[in-house]
Amino acid sequence: MVKAQRSEPDEPVVIRRATAADMPGVIALDEAVTGLRKPEYWREVFGRYGAARREQGSFLVAEAAGRIEGFIVGEVRAWEFGSPPCGWIFAVQVRAARREQGLGSQLFDAVCESFRAAGVDRVRTMLARDDTVIHAFFRSQGMTAGPFIQLEMRLD
Amino acid sequence: MRLQKATTFALYAVLELAANPARQLTVVEIANKYGISAHHLAKVLRDLGRAGLVEAVRGVGGGYRFAGNAKRLTLMDVICLFEEIGAETDAAAPLVAGQDIAAGLRFVLAELDAQTVATLRSISLQTMLKLIGRRPWAMMPAQPPARQSARQRR
Repeated sequence: MVKAQRSEPDEPVVIRRATAADMPGVIALDEAVTGLRKPEYWREVFGRYGAARREQGSFLVAEAAGRIEGFIVGEVRAWEFGSPPCGWIFAVQVRAARREQGLGSQLFDAVCESFRAAGVDRVRTMLARDDTVIHAFFRSQGMTAGPFIQLEMRLD
Repeated sequence: MRLQKATTFALYAVLELAANPARQLTVVEIANKYGISAHHLAKVLRDLGRAGLVEAVRGVGGGYRFAGNAKRLTLMDVICLFEEIGAETDAAAPLVAGQDIAAGLRFVLAELDAQTVATLRSISLQTMLKLIGRRPWAMMPAQPPARQSARQRR
């Protein structure tokens, strides 16, 4: 358990490492936000970053009254694209009804703390250019554009 | 990227006022702080007032006060009151000959515009004020002087 803070009366929010029992809630939350149901993907992510594999990364959830209200997943990556080890956040979600209550910030702070504990001093992420909500969230946490550019091309 | 003067003045004024919404400042006070034309700023503040971002304060002292929601308003919301970002450039005008070159230029420039628009839309006034407080530019390594163009060297 990382942190507890009261966000609504009688509904303290707990930020903690994800467990296997959380996966149905994570899958449901992801589906509610993205419209896509990805059970295999989330079980594989949990297998890589869940409670038993904390040295590989962090899979944290925000729980209130037994319900998964948000999650964040990150890991330390080293020497990809020529970059020294740094923390990468590659998934974050908060239930729409619980946004702007500080849950996202608590999750972000907790995963950054795990990166500091792993000895890195930088956190990065990537996001879709037209996802203004998540872009604004990361900016509000203090992130700014980094020195890398994402390029792509079709292969068909 | 360069912004037009009116746009820059608008951002100065809105951010200055949003930093302390309870405070009212006169045109001259803001103009003096930023070393800009009070006459030009007055026009900009009238436009900002019409858009609902600031409100004129009547009575002794007068001036303007922030009237928006700093968590919701973005840099793009202010900028687009004064200019278009991501507007088509001259390279977009279709040519009878060289149409592919024009289309290729448009493609590359659109990449830059899309990035600019996404960035400006993502930064709320509140986020901008926090960034200003952190002063990230002070932590950046010194940049080498910009290379002169061939025209500048002549």
